[in-house]
Amino acid sequence: MNQIPMAYFFEGELWQRLVRMLSLADHNTRVVLAGTLLLGISCGVIGSFTLLRKRALVSDALSHATLPGIGIAFLTAQAFGYSGKNVFLLLFGAAIAGCLGMASILLIRNQTRLKEDAAMGIVLSVFFGAGTAIMVAVRNSPEGNMAGLSDYIYGQTAGMLATDAWLIAAVGLVSLSISILLFKEIRMFCFDTSFAHCQGLSTRFFDSLLMFLIVMVTIVGLQAVGIIMMVALLITPAAAARFWTYNLVKMTWIAALIGGFSGVTGAFISGLGENLPSGALIVLTASSCFVFSLFFGSKRGVFVRTRRRWETQNETDREHLLRDFFEILEGKNLALTTSQTESSAEVPLGKLLAKRAWKLSRFRKVLRFGTDQGWLLESDDKIQLTARGAREAAKVVRRHRLWELYLIHFAGSDPNRVDRGADMIEHWLDPDVLAELESLLKEQSPPSTVASSPHPIEKDIWSSEEEKFDVGSIDKGDRQSEDQE
Amino acid sequence: MNEFSLEIIHLQSLLANGLQWNWQIDGWIMVTAVLCAVAATILGNFLVLRQLSMMGDALSHAVLPGLAAGFLLTGTRDGFVMFAGAAVIGVLTAVLTDWINRLGKVDEGASMGVVFSGLFALGILMINQIPHTDLDPACVLYGNIEFVYLNKTNLWFLGLESVQIPRSVLVLSVICIVNSLFTLAFFKELRINCFDPALASTMGMRPKLIHYSLMAMVAITVVACFESVGNILVVAMLIVPASAAYLCTGRLSTMIGLSILFAVSSAVLGHLTAIWGPWGEIGTSTAGMMALVSGVLFCLAVLFSPTGGLIMKWWRKSRLANSILEEDILAFLYRFGETSSQSKQIAIASNPSEIAAASVEQIQDKLLVPVRAVKKMIASLSRRGMVSSSGDQINLTEKGRRQGKDIVRSHRLWEQYLASTANVSGDKVHANAEKLEHFTGPALRTLLDHETDGAMVDPHGRPIPPETPLPENTESQTDSNKNL
Repeated sequence: MNQIPMAYFFEGELWQRLVRMLSLADHNTRVVLAGTLLLGISCGVIGSFTLLRKRALVSDALSHATLPGIGIAFLTAQAFGYSGKNVFLLLFGAAIAGCLGMASILLIRNQTRLKEDAAMGIVLSVFFGAGTAIMVAVRNSPEGNMAGLSDYIYGQTAGMLATDAWLIAAVGLVSLSISILLFKEIRMFCFDTSFAHCQGLSTRFFDSLLMFLIVMVTIVGLQAVGIIMMVALLITPAAAARFWTYNLVKMTWIAALIGGFSGVTGAFISGLGENLPSGALIVLTASSCFVFSLFFGSKRGVFVRTRRRWETQNETDREHLLRDFFEILEGKNLALTTSQTESSAEVPLGKLLAKRAWKLSRFRKVLRFGTDQGWLLESDDKIQLTARGAREAAKVVRRHRLWELYLIHFAGSDPNRVDRGADMIEHWLDPDVLAELESLLKEQSPPSTVASSPHPIEKDIWSSEEEKFDVGSIDKGDRQSEDQE
Repeated sequence: MNEFSLEIIHLQSLLANGLQWNWQIDGWIMVTAVLCAVAATILGNFLVLRQLSMMGDALSHAVLPGLAAGFLLTGTRDGFVMFAGAAVIGVLTAVLTDWINRLGKVDEGASMGVVFSGLFALGILMINQIPHTDLDPACVLYGNIEFVYLNKTNLWFLGLESVQIPRSVLVLSVICIVNSLFTLAFFKELRINCFDPALASTMGMRPKLIHYSLMAMVAITVVACFESVGNILVVAMLIVPASAAYLCTGRLSTMIGLSILFAVSSAVLGHLTAIWGPWGEIGTSTAGMMALVSGVLFCLAVLFSPTGGLIMKWWRKSRLANSILEEDILAFLYRFGETSSQSKQIAIASNPSEIAAASVEQIQDKLLVPVRAVKKMIASLSRRGMVSSSGDQINLTEKGRRQGKDIVRSHRLWEQYLASTANVSGDKVHANAEKLEHFTGPALRTLLDHETDGAMVDPHGRPIPPETPLPENTESQTDSNKNL
């Protein structure tokens, strides 16, 4: 493409095609775009339900199972002297085979000890094998070579007629109205099957309804996307939509939007060139939407979740640093209170660092944040807590110890074991819970002061030789607690 | 695609010329089919057991871009590069699926679907850009097992004269051997990983490593089978014989052996039905028929498997139902005798010949079962000397009476136990006791007797008959215990 001059590009065939397609000049273009748009929308909606019901791959098995139906419908029509190329007849055959496949999956799952995955694999491959054998017979039949039945396998939108688009519209309308009318029930069924069952909804009915809807949209989609890649149109838009919202209604809308967009874009690009199969392009568009959503989705996207985790990590680190500071001061009998008004004593940097197994960069980052917030004052490798920082530290330690006391007095935990539990939860205690803890532990901890730690605080074992940690006592404590258990 | 199908037609008319068997052609086709089926099914066992069947489907689709890239790089489909590309993409599919599943919190099936459909679409697009190749969408789907004998390669045996064998046969033999060695060498690891991944992890076996090496092996096998049977029928060979074997046995080694047997049969029968089936002069696709035959074998396994087959299940069920109906009849006759003897103020035990007789209609009326079933059971009971019939009237023999008494004793003991010890409300004890009485032996009756402090009457006020001391009376009861 790089060698072709721009002038050539604008006068070339590609440009002309682009203009013609954009202006919707051809009747065929309009039909194809409308058909793929509607198909994408209905697949998005139905796909949302199947995804939540964890039935995503069923559509793959069902679409493969339609092949023998198409072949047999064609041969039957010929045997009775009709043309086998009637789309409605072929799709009717496909629907019957699809329903048979669905019944086989349910039978294998319910009547044997095989699981659903094996049932799907068996139905998919055996039905498709039968289809392959029948297709050879179709090709050998009088009309066979022109029947274009192979288009059903990989999909070819170019051959779409107005009647096909109307068929898609009809099926889409039916499936959409079923989903809207039964939205409440389907939602209940997708999220909590046993609750739906208790409400008097028949699990079997809704399972079959969902499978029937899948069969319907799969069959009208065969022409555009093909048997093999139909599964993508049902799964991918719905899976992509899930990254943007927690709400099922919104998810369904977004899935419909992505599905419609993929259908139109794929068909459009496919119309631009010779060797551009529409099915593959529709699927690739949907996959690109998925990849984009996977990373940039506003609710469950990878970036958002990573940032959230990163922020949590920072917050946790900050609070840990403050608590370490507090405990060092406490070891020197310089305990702080939550109503502290003056700066604390200075603590050497190395001593703080020794408390945590942090890399220097991580430690520096936490320090920088502390100084920015006005909690810490740093000078010549020594750090000081400001009055604000001291109050903050006292609050953190107070939360930690309240929880420890709670674990000891109300949950019956061993004092040697509470530190870790409190370490995890101290960052998530909101004021309500704190108030409750305070009222429970009134006598242990008078407000605005910080109770002393209920267990021996680990001395900085790495920094000073003389304050060597008493390993024996911890071992003994552990053994005792094990004995108690 | 049409050009390709025309070629097939041409070749097949050549092949099945007068439906003659040709060793040069059909022999090699069959060898290829068998090797392909065996190579796939060995690994398929582990996919089925690990509930990863759809992973086989996913891999067989997803390797396409790897193949296309290998082809674009080397310009040939014979090279090692294509295998390498496919193996890389295969592991990548497994990794991506796992990654999207964990990091994106997408359901496992859906993440598999997203990954493989996307990669397959990419592969199709790539293949469409390669002009005039023998790697076209149709051969991806259907394979070209009918062509294998055309592409031959020389092989030297021990430096003696060279033998010409088809390249696919050579490749598939190597894959077959590698897969067998892989399974034999890591049998213990694979087995533990199938049944208890957590145990495998605690034994230091690195389940992740085993999982990904299995995925790589499947991907390589899929590529090797690709050109013979096509990508979807590889799925059939991976899953269907292994599933059928799974239904027939509970041992992994037996399962692998059986699955190989099923795979070989579907390959051989598949080719035979393809050329000699009702397909007209030119036969049909061998690959398709292989899948179909394996499906038929699977259906047979579902029906006739000695362990979990539907017919076996039905037979066991009906045997249990019959023995329960027999016991119900005996218990009914005993109770019938009890009530009529009470009205006549005669003790049955002292005068066994006075046991009241009931008609079939009365039994049928009480037990709510078809007359036919009652008659059949009575015939079987009288054969075993439990009842004697005089005209329309059915009498208990002494042996039958003891049996009936035991069942009634079990029933009333259970009622008493449920009401007094288990605190089940009075109107529910009968239904429960009705089920439990058939699965209660003398030992359990003694225990119940002990638990109810040797009660003499049940909650409805009817007497609990005493235990019969003879051991042979419990014959049919232990039978029903076995059936449980």
